[in-house]
Amino acid sequence: MSLITPSFGLLFWMVLIFGTVFFLLAKFGFPVITKSVEKRSNHIEESLRKAEEAQKKLESLSQEQAAMIEQTRLEQGRILKEAAEARDKIVAQAKVQAQEEADKILEHARIEIAAERESAVREIRSQVAQISVEVAEKIVRKSLETPAEQAALIDRMVDEASQARKS
Amino acid sequence: MKKLLLIFLPVLLMLLPLPARAEEEAAFDMQKYIFAHIQDSYEWHITDIKGKTIAIPLPVIVWSKTAGFHCFSFHHLEEGECYEGFRIAQEGESYEGKVVEVMPDGSISRPVDISITKNVVGLMFDAALLVLLILLCARWYRKHDVLKEKPTGIAAFFEPVIVMINDGVIKDVIGPEYKKFSPYLLTAFFFILINNLMGIVPIIPGGANITGNIAVTAVLAIFTFLMVNLFGNKHYYKEIFWPDVPVFLKAFPLMPAIEILGTLTKPFSLMIRLFANMLAGHIMLLSAIAVIFLTAKMGPVINGSLTLVSVAFGIFLDVLEVLVACIQAYVFTMLSAVFIGLAHQHPEHE
Repeated sequence: MSLITPSFGLLFWMVLIFGTVFFLLAKFGFPVITKSVEKRSNHIEESLRKAEEAQKKLESLSQEQAAMIEQTRLEQGRILKEAAEARDKIVAQAKVQAQEEADKILEHARIEIAAERESAVREIRSQVAQISVEVAEKIVRKSLETPAEQAALIDRMVDEASQARKS
Repeated sequence: MKKLLLIFLPVLLMLLPLPARAEEEAAFDMQKYIFAHIQDSYEWHITDIKGKTIAIPLPVIVWSKTAGFHCFSFHHLEEGECYEGFRIAQEGESYEGKVVEVMPDGSISRPVDISITKNVVGLMFDAALLVLLILLCARWYRKHDVLKEKPTGIAAFFEPVIVMINDGVIKDVIGPEYKKFSPYLLTAFFFILINNLMGIVPIIPGGANITGNIAVTAVLAIFTFLMVNLFGNKHYYKEIFWPDVPVFLKAFPLMPAIEILGTLTKPFSLMIRLFANMLAGHIMLLSAIAVIFLTAKMGPVINGSLTLVSVAFGIFLDVLEVLVACIQAYVFTMLSAVFIGLAHQHPEHE
């Protein structure tokens, strides 16, 4: 019978002991532990979320990077093409200019040469005339050394002149 | 098998002198033997050596109107002696085995008895041990940064258990309001667990049949009852006193009566379940061991072989009891959580 009748003394002590244990553990024991564990599990959750975010960000970043590289490549191509064009243009322009300059110089030279030649021809002509006059003078002088010759000449010249008047 | 024999042979040999002694003694009283172990007592019986009892007498604290307050050691009352007007009630008298006050006219009456009995000492020791362990564990968390270190030592041992009970049982069963109740439920779980486990340890200060005592389980059940009913929500009380049933069932208070009875049977079932399970475990274990003493007179062959069986069976039961100790602590906590959760249900929105 005493097995299933709770004794007062034990009830009293049990209330006291369990109450004390409950008070001590509920105040200083379990809340500290459960709070710490919860704090950690929250922290882990947060960290996982952050890691995922970072992963996503990294992915978008790498995508952005690839796009940027692509864009840069296009830009590079464009610039290179432009540069080549500009170079070709400049070279062509220079060629044309050089040709023009060369032509001008040639023309100039030709005119000058022509002028030189003209003046040279003129000088030669006058010299040739002078020399011929001198030669003629010398020849004339030689042939008119005797008075007979001089008279013959005057006769011939008078004939000629009278003949010319008759005709 | 050879190894097993090697282990049990010394045990067998040690038990050989037993029959010789048993013949001198009176017949083995199994009932007395078992009840002596599972009941509360005023002394802590350790062992008998050559017929001489070795026990620690514990303080007797009694109060009565006529004699007032008395506190003395139990050894004054040994062998039916009368001390300061108190003695132990003998077989056949009422209050058998308890301290009674001898009145001037020779009759006996039971005083208010708050003696520090074997169970109280066991409770005190287990409670102190539990508080020490949990506070040491809490101290670890106070001294360390949980975000940077993993639990070590005692914290590493307790954390998985606490997390299992707190998250797996309390949080899941009670729901969003679980935080208010988790200190109580965790305390109840560890209190029952440590008392259950210490009850299996056969040497002092273990071995007291604490959770197999109805007073202990009754107090635990009362605490759960208070936790359920003091913090119940409006819906819970409405379901008890004015449930959604036809009016004639409520006006003639049949349903409220049943519901109120229901609130009492829940903790009552908790009390009986824990008490009966732990008591049964102790009785089974003691019975298995008692086989050795029962067969002591039947000669060395039967006694020896049955001792072997009994020790093997005892080991099996011990292991089973460890399992039961954990299961019962778990079940008590889980059912308490279920009852608290029932008091925190929200009405279904229709």
